[in-house]
Amino acid sequence: MQLRWSDPTFRAVFWQVVVVGIVVAIVWYLVSNTNRNLAARRIATGFGFLSRTAGIPIGEHLISYDPAVNTYGRAMIIGVLNTLQVSIVGIILATILGTLIGIGRLSKNWLVARVTAIYVETLRDIPVLLQLLFWYTLLQALPAPRNSFNLFGHIYANIRGLRMSTLVIEEAHLWALLAFGFGIIGTGLWGRYAAQKQAETGIRPKTWPVALGLLIALPAIVWAALGAPFKLDQPVLRGFNFSGGLLISPEYVALTLGLVVYTSSYIAEIVRSGIQSVPRGQWEAANALGLRGGTVMRRVILPQALRVIIPPMTSQYLNLTKNSSLAVAIGFQDIVSIANTTLNQTGQAIEGIAIIMAVYLTISLSISLFMNWYNARIALVER
Amino acid sequence: MSQSAAASGPVPVPSRDQPPASVYGPWAWLRANLFSSWWSTALSLLLGYLILRGAWGFFSWGILHAVWTVPDGANGPDTAACQAVKGVGACWAVVEEKFRFIIFGRYPYESQWRPALCVAIFIGLYIISSMRRFWRLKLLYIWIAALIVIGVLMWGGILGMEYVPQDSWGGLPITLILSTFGLAFAFPLAVAVALGRRSTKLPAVKMLCVLYVELIRGVPLISLLFMASVMFPLFMPEGVNIDKLLRAQIAFILFAGAYLAEVVRGGLQSLPKGQGEAADALGLPYWQKTGFIILPQALRMVIPPLVNTFIGFFKDTSLVLIIGIMDLLTAGKTALAEPVWQAYSAEVYILLAVIYFCFCYSMSRYSRNLERLLSRNRNR
Amino acid sequence: MSATAEMIAPGHNSGETPAIVLDKVNKWYGTMHVLRDVTMTIAQKEKVVICGPSGSGKSTTIRCINRLESHQEGRILVDGTELTDDTRSLDTIRREVGMVFQSFNLFPHLTILDNLTLAPIWVRKMPKAEAEELAMGYLKRVKIPEQAKKFPGQLSGGQQQRVAIARALCMKPKIMLFDEPTSALDPEMIKEVLDVMIELAESGMTMVCVTHEMGFARQVADRVVFMDRGEIVESGAPTRMFEDPQTDRLKLFLSQILRGH
Repeated sequence: MQLRWSDPTFRAVFWQVVVVGIVVAIVWYLVSNTNRNLAARRIATGFGFLSRTAGIPIGEHLISYDPAVNTYGRAMIIGVLNTLQVSIVGIILATILGTLIGIGRLSKNWLVARVTAIYVETLRDIPVLLQLLFWYTLLQALPAPRNSFNLFGHIYANIRGLRMSTLVIEEAHLWALLAFGFGIIGTGLWGRYAAQKQAETGIRPKTWPVALGLLIALPAIVWAALGAPFKLDQPVLRGFNFSGGLLISPEYVALTLGLVVYTSSYIAEIVRSGIQSVPRGQWEAANALGLRGGTVMRRVILPQALRVIIPPMTSQYLNLTKNSSLAVAIGFQDIVSIANTTLNQTGQAIEGIAIIMAVYLTISLSISLFMNWYNARIALVER
Repeated sequence: MSQSAAASGPVPVPSRDQPPASVYGPWAWLRANLFSSWWSTALSLLLGYLILRGAWGFFSWGILHAVWTVPDGANGPDTAACQAVKGVGACWAVVEEKFRFIIFGRYPYESQWRPALCVAIFIGLYIISSMRRFWRLKLLYIWIAALIVIGVLMWGGILGMEYVPQDSWGGLPITLILSTFGLAFAFPLAVAVALGRRSTKLPAVKMLCVLYVELIRGVPLISLLFMASVMFPLFMPEGVNIDKLLRAQIAFILFAGAYLAEVVRGGLQSLPKGQGEAADALGLPYWQKTGFIILPQALRMVIPPLVNTFIGFFKDTSLVLIIGIMDLLTAGKTALAEPVWQAYSAEVYILLAVIYFCFCYSMSRYSRNLERLLSRNRNR
Repeated sequence: MSATAEMIAPGHNSGETPAIVLDKVNKWYGTMHVLRDVTMTIAQKEKVVICGPSGSGKSTTIRCINRLESHQEGRILVDGTELTDDTRSLDTIRREVGMVFQSFNLFPHLTILDNLTLAPIWVRKMPKAEAEELAMGYLKRVKIPEQAKKFPGQLSGGQQQRVAIARALCMKPKIMLFDEPTSALDPEMIKEVLDVMIELAESGMTMVCVTHEMGFARQVADRVVFMDRGEIVESGAPTRMFEDPQTDRLKLFLSQILRGH
């Protein structure tokens, strides 16, 4: 490299130095201002506050939590768990609902196609926050516990939330669960055996009777053999409220419902365009060869459609996870809500926001990495 | 095997443009589209029933039994009539009372023609930008002029209009300002970042661009808004106070820049390499090649996804509810904070939904038509 | 059906079941009458070329034969079985009729070998090894056995179309339908595909081809059928049709396509 302007390498290095220099200068300026302001307002820095007692009441926690005893750190972890819980449940439900609606968009039935089209179009044109508020308002209009909506005496819906009977878990149930796990493995092995038999003789042994037996009959037999315990923890109305059973808060329901419905409209479009992206000629060629509907779907259409569907689908999963941060607006305590309370109480805004960003960055980077790996693996081989 | 009778060919079969009723016509359509199989029939009947019930229910609640206005009582509006029909009829009186507050926030009542005019200018700006004959450089000047006029109208202080500080702005103009100014300033940033990301000769610049985009896209908008509202004051030297709206605007610009950068990058990637090579062969230096050849074509190709991204921003402006800036959604919620109207949130939310829907639906229809038009021209 | 005697070309046994019978077939797209009283009988081992201007209904006709499109009036019989919406008769018919498309329609996510063995395994329930042996046999017949493990995206157009022909042949059909098989190919690849089709014709397959390749028609076809605006205008032996067209419409069509050569 020569130190002359006409040398392209020199110019490249020069410009990079300039740009990086400007960025570094801006960052240094902001950091020095921040330090001065923090000192002037006597705000502490560092993450020491994580080991202080929290005092934040949290309504829903997957692990045990006592505001008087547990630290901010533990509160944060509960926040992350809440976020993950809402996201995972939301992703599963949104995928199911979205796929059904996406397939409905392609239905030959005019009414089904129109209704699903209106569903998708309307939900995509209204902000998600407005939708969440709307669901929450609807749930707030439920009656008081005394006048709850009652399903079979085991599910109660009222303004305090959803209360359901739960099974009291005993040893027999755990053994049955173990049997179910073995059943899954067994079904997988049988599937392999069936494919092998088909390769050898052309006839594929039926899978569903075996699956039925291993996944349902076997655990049931184990459970019955160990005494068949079936005690339910039923909600009971005491005074003005229920006790017993499982309580799902209206905030959780509103958040999950709102996110599922909103994201499902995007997933429906992705599924629809994925299936439509497979050229009609593929259907025709498969039908002309004599292949039937189910086989055509499984062997020809879906493999091609999934290649088109999965990348945008994962980006919608990421959107759902990020949208769960709106929980703070309806009072569900996810990581954003808890971090917000923490930074209000300790005054340590930078650390609080940094924690929020770190959590979401971790989630989105993991999903991105998975996406890249998946795309590389299934790329269609071309010249 | 003589075909003497067919010396001039067999007698042409007359065209029957009226296919038999079993093939074409209302009954055939119904059979094919609604009742083609018993499963389809069941679905049609179920959906038809649900739709009719839902439509009747909404009509009965929203129109038949609705209360449209309430009289003014001693301590403000007297909502006895509304309370009487609660659950049975809608209380559109809340809309009638609070409409101007929801749309304009706390802007001084007599000067509300100014934000109204701004809304009109925004809509006009969108419409002009959507028409293809304006896709030239002069569109840039139109935008600059329009944004300046909007600024002058909203702030006032000159030409006899009283000065209105930003804290009093609110409602629909705020939503439009945040999204439009956000897009306007984010766009050059996005182009620069997209070009930087594709640069092979400046790895440090490329890394900075990648960091920026991945960081912003990996975190929720809420965290950026928190950062803006809570952290920006810490970044500034003593005595410098940035207004809350400006802070939120900067956060939006940074947010929009990252997403737009990805869209522009997609356009740059799908441009055939031959374009750049032809420009190089002609001896064009980098900035001219990019400015005259590459960018115009790439940007034209990505206008539909750009519009879709803008629709997303427009909806995302509603998140400023959480940091206390009075946009359309916040104004609606604040209107409901009054005890008298607290129970009628559904009506206000429906109004807000309709407003958002009108904007977003027209934009999305436009983007879809444009996409169809562009792909048709390209495939020709 | 007195017309039957005229419709079967000389040299074919009019006593055995005809391969395909179309009897007054009518089809509409909306109000557009696209097939008008199409009546045609094709004998076993007969080779018929259908030609005509675009929009004449020739592709629609052969797509009705294996029910990729459905006709609204008239009857279609394939190997004696009538074509209706009944799925079982449809399955039987589709097994006997193979089709080659203009745009090849190979399955891009499967290897060439898997493309060929998919239907024999899942429809005829053949064991995998037997299906692969069958597939390799046909790949050798279309002269590209070395491509077996490649993917369609890696092959040229001519090679892909030959694979498509082999794929249809793996189901051992009695009748082969060709829908403009060479129209999407570059000129230098047309010959290799036509060679395969000629070899197939000489081995005794019943074939119905929609094509513009008049050289192929002359060499191989027993009969050429000219369609225009949804109806059969003229039909006869290829030499007679090309050298001595009887109807004005056929004369016009021939002058238009021959000008291009």
